[in-house]
Parts: sequence; structure tokens; C-alpha cells
Amino acid sequence: MLQIMEGSHAVAEAVRLSRPEVVSAYPITPQTHIVERLAEMVADGDLDAEYICVESEFSALSSCLGAACAGSRVYSATTSQGLAFMAEVVFNVAGMRQPVVMTIANRALGAPLNIWNDHQDSLFLRDSGWMQLYAEDAQESMDLHFLAYKAAENYDVLLPAMVCFDGFILTHTYEPVDIPTQEEVDSFLPAFKPYQRLDAKDPISFGMYATPDYYQEFRYEIHAAMIKAKKVLREVGQEFSETFGRDYSELVEGYRLDDADTAIVAIGSVCGTIKDAVDEMREAGRKVGLLKIRSFRPFPYEDVRVALSGVSKVAVLEKNISIGSRMLGAVGLEVKDAVGKQGADVYSYVGGLGGRDIRRKDIHKLADWAEQGRNDCFFGLREELL
Amino acid sequence: MTGEETEYFDAGHRACGGCGPALAARLITKAAGEDTIVVASTGCMEVFSTPYPETAWKTPWVHSLFQNAAAVASGVEASLKKQGRSEKVVVIAGDGATFDIGILCISGLFERGHDVTYICYDNEAYMNTGIQRSGATPYDADTTTSPAGKLSTGNQRPKKDIPAILAAHGSPYVATASVAYPTDLMKKVKKAIETKGPCYIQVHTPCCTGWGFDGAKTMEIGKMAVNSGLWVNFEMEDGVVTKAKKVKREPVDAYLKAQKRFRHLYRPAENTEEIAKIQAIADKNAEKYGIDIKMPNKN
Repeated sequence: MLQIMEGSHAVAEAVRLSRPEVVSAYPITPQTHIVERLAEMVADGDLDAEYICVESEFSALSSCLGAACAGSRVYSATTSQGLAFMAEVVFNVAGMRQPVVMTIANRALGAPLNIWNDHQDSLFLRDSGWMQLYAEDAQESMDLHFLAYKAAENYDVLLPAMVCFDGFILTHTYEPVDIPTQEEVDSFLPAFKPYQRLDAKDPISFGMYATPDYYQEFRYEIHAAMIKAKKVLREVGQEFSETFGRDYSELVEGYRLDDADTAIVAIGSVCGTIKDAVDEMREAGRKVGLLKIRSFRPFPYEDVRVALSGVSKVAVLEKNISIGSRMLGAVGLEVKDAVGKQGADVYSYVGGLGGRDIRRKDIHKLADWAEQGRNDCFFGLREELL
Repeated sequence: MTGEETEYFDAGHRACGGCGPALAARLITKAAGEDTIVVASTGCMEVFSTPYPETAWKTPWVHSLFQNAAAVASGVEASLKKQGRSEKVVVIAGDGATFDIGILCISGLFERGHDVTYICYDNEAYMNTGIQRSGATPYDADTTTSPAGKLSTGNQRPKKDIPAILAAHGSPYVATASVAYPTDLMKKVKKAIETKGPCYIQVHTPCCTGWGFDGAKTMEIGKMAVNSGLWVNFEMEDGVVTKAKKVKREPVDAYLKAQKRFRHLYRPAENTEEIAKIQAIADKNAEKYGIDIKMPNKN
């Protein structure tokens, strides 16, 4: 049944239905509505979990790590500065192969201090060994949590996952959301069975140190597991679509792309705006389509290559800046690599940073720029301030 | 020690001969027993006990980072509680991890009241990285980042009072102990584990390499520290000192002279002024904790 619900509350419902045993989080805008709602659920007995009110994000993820090692399904949420503060633990959780799921309410990183949306926070941890899934709307924000838990806990994967959804644009807006029943979710996501756990009856050591004789193989195995995660994510997406009727069987999603000459590529909620702009351009007779990338880690480069094989120009809309890089944005670098030298011309266009609105007319402009072969650059810059 | 307990910290680790922290690990796990999960910080003990694929730990053991053992332990405890499991959670972390970099997470653990016993093995400097000063380093100790020199007599700050800080968090049981007094240490570990809520034990663990003494003399050095009054073994219950080991105090000289970290106070000439300052620290401790054994007045 569809309910009108704030994006953050839809995520909280997803968490409740996923039955974590331990929730640990620290408040930070714009993540707060999720953790407030979860606290209410625990206070009312609607969520049977230990809720740890930690003193910092650093401890939020550290305590999730401890609880996961002890054998519990765990949950945390953060954004921006909080995620940066966690960074050391972020790498550690992946290295220790604990299937933690954490929501990122994407927000810009300071300085200057800014509480609004872009993708700099999660993208700066792209090499941490976490899966990163990006949602377009409230429904997808909810659903990706079920997929994230199921893929993370798969013994071929055993990697943590970030479900990324845009701060304010999705966290604080209301949309109709189809909330599954507990029975439906339970059948899709059974109780957590840890691969190994801290247990006095079967004592093992977690988090040992590794010399040069051993370290490199640990890193290789994390990477190999991430590559396997592509297949696992597709499989759980397929299973999800069969159960719930919403299709997440692909890690990318094309919109009016089949006969397109020009493609816009993006992650996150801006894909909604791009779809409207694509419709307008189609009406005007232009062959423009959208490729939405749902999974940035693992990066589905084969899918991207196939999806973009028919286009000649690609505009990657980047809500992040890889400072000092020629391509400017982290997404464009991956897309250009996927497309390869024989493929389309790929350009990174950086904008919408720190919450600056991206409008349909901006999308029209990016399509124009790509078609004109305009090099990687910012869009929407206020030249008068420079 | 009755000798009946099983060992949970095994031989074959890579600590220096005469390592105080290794002895602490053995005594703590022996006292804590089988039904224990150990959470460790990065540091000497973590490195000498768990070089992959070897481990010295026969209890479940987890290490994540330098500064987050208290937070990891909070999560382990919450998980066990939710699962209805009986294991006790014991953190064993060094003084750098406790006094300095980890204090945020420790404050959080104690404020939230998790049922965790946090044990600091205090060897009074960052030994794993090569003997740099920490907030636990005593006044005038020579370390690689507080070297004695023409203008310096070594570490210029007194030791931070972590037991008082954690008692101020409302901890029901805070104690100090020394590996030189094994029975006392083990008794305190058992008491902390049996006490509900966050408890703290700070264990003096002489470090032969960092302090500069023969590894055969670890116990002797530990006893000298206690006899000098520079280290006091005490217990605090609900914020009140309920017990402190009384001693027939000896001047700090013998303790200082036995360690290279203080030898600059005696070479080339005896620095009576600085030694008097250290003696004053011991005198103040003695007064604060009432540890002096009073000679009976014959009149």
C-alpha cells in the first residue's frame, strides 16, 4: 500500500523491517530524521534493537563493527563531516569483512561549512572497500537497504554497504512509498547468520596485524569480493523484483537510451530531473537519453560500456570534484574508462555542489555542451564571484 | 595465584623477555576466565600477540584501531546483551590508547554505562612506536619526544589522573594495580568483571626496553615504584577511595636510579632540585591516599 512519507522515514521503515539487533548513530544534518525515527521505534517497541547513543560518528561505526563481530546485524547512518570523521573505521570495517549497512544522506564537505547536498562525502571513500548504492527517489532509498543487507551478508561478498541518498532533496521531501510487510521482508532477508563471530565457545582472533608477507593478499581478496558483488547484487535485485515487483536486477538503468546519440550519465536524485529534461529534448526531436548508475562500487563497467555503446557523446553530471584531476569528477573517470578509447567522447561537467539547484535547463545545456565537444568543466558557476 | 586456573594468554608471543604488559595479559585473562571477550587497541601488546596467522589469545579477541577499543567494546556488549549471551567484555589497551587518543571513546563508554571492564596496561609511554611520551609518562622521564637535554630535564608534565576522570563519570569501580603484585591484580580484575557497569583498572606494567632496566628485574622495578609512592595501588568504589596499599615508603632515589629514563637526573651531577620535585609527587600521593605505615609511637 502506498503511503506518503518523508524520505528519511522511508529509510527508517526499511531499517525497521531489516531487523538490525544493534543501531548506533550520532546526529548530523540531514541524517537526523532517520535516527530520530528509529529511536522512536525503539522507544515504542516497534523495533527490537539495542540503540547506542554514541558520542561521535567515530564511535558509531566502531560500535557497529564490534556488534557485527559479536554476531549482530547492525545499522548506522551519517553524512559529510560525520563520514569523514569515521573514515579510519570505514576502511577497517571493510578490511575486517563485516557486513555493516550504513545510510549516507549525501552532503557537501567543508570548508566552507555547508549542510546541503552533493556527493563528495561518499565518493571520497570510493576506495574503502564498501559497496556504494545511489538512490533516485524515496522508494529506491528504501528498497536499496534490503538489497544492501542481502548482498553484504552473502558469504561470497562479506563487505559493508553504503546506501546513499541525497540530503534534503530526498531526506526531507515527501513521496508516495510502497512499504512491504514484515513477512515479505523476512522471506527476502532472513535472520543474520554471521560467517564468524566472537564466541567464548569457539575463540578466534579478529583484526590481527599482517606483515608484508600477508597484507597484499587481504587487499586482493577484498577487491575480488567486490567484483563478485556485481553478480550478487544483480541476483538479489532479480529476486527482489520477483518478490516486490520493482526491478533492481541491473546495476545501471537506461532511460530512453536505446536509440540515443547523446547520453547524460548521473547518480542520485538528479536522475529524476534529467528524465524530465530528456523527455523535453525528445519532444524537440533530439536523441538524448539518461544512464543512471545505481551501483558506483562495485562499478559495473561492462554494463556501462554496453549501455553507452550506441551513443557518440556522453555528458557526466558530477556532483563532486576530484580536485586536480583532468576529468574533474570521480564518476566521469570511471565512465570514460568503461567506454574505452573506441567508444563515445566522455565529458565531466561539475555542478550542483553544496546544494546548488540543478534545473532542467542545466541538463539541456550539458547535452548541448557534450554535442559541441566542450571539455570537462564546471557548470552553473557564478562568474561574478570569482 | 592458585595455579589451578587455565592459561588464556599463550606462550610463543613476541614480547621482549621480562615484558610487563605480556605478564599483565596473562594475569588478566587468567583472572577473567574462559567466558570473556577481549577487545584490544593497537599497540605493543596487539602487535606482539597477533602477527597473522599466529595468535597468543585463547579467548575470543578483537582489535580494530588504536583509539576505538572502548567503542568496539560498547558494540560487542550491546550485541551480547541483545543475544542474551553471558560472555564478559574486557578491554585491554595501552596508556597512549587510553590517556590520549582514545579518551573520547572511553568517555562515551563510561557515560553510557556499558557493562565493560576497561583495563589500561600502563607502561608510561608510546612503546610500540619507539618510546615517545604520552599523557601517562611521569614527570622528568626521558623519552624520544621528551628527551633530556641542555634545556630540559625530560617530560615536563605530571601524569594525567585518568582514574579520577573515570570515577567522575560515575564508574562504580576504579582501581590501580601492578604486575608486581599479581594476586592483587587478579583479585581486582575479578571484582571489576563482577561489578555491573563500566569499571576501570590501570595496571602498572614496567617496560624494560622503554624504561631501561634488565628484563629480569620487572617485578623488582614494579615493587620499587609502589614502595616509592610514585605508584599507588588503590580502589575507588562509587568515586570514593576505599582501599590503598600501605607501604613503608622509601625515597624515590632507588626507583629512579634503577632506570635509564631517569639517569640524566644523576649524570653528570645529581640534580637534587629535580629529584626533590619527584619526591614531592610521591609525598603528595602518600598523603592523598594515606599509604604511609605510621611507626608506633613508643611514648
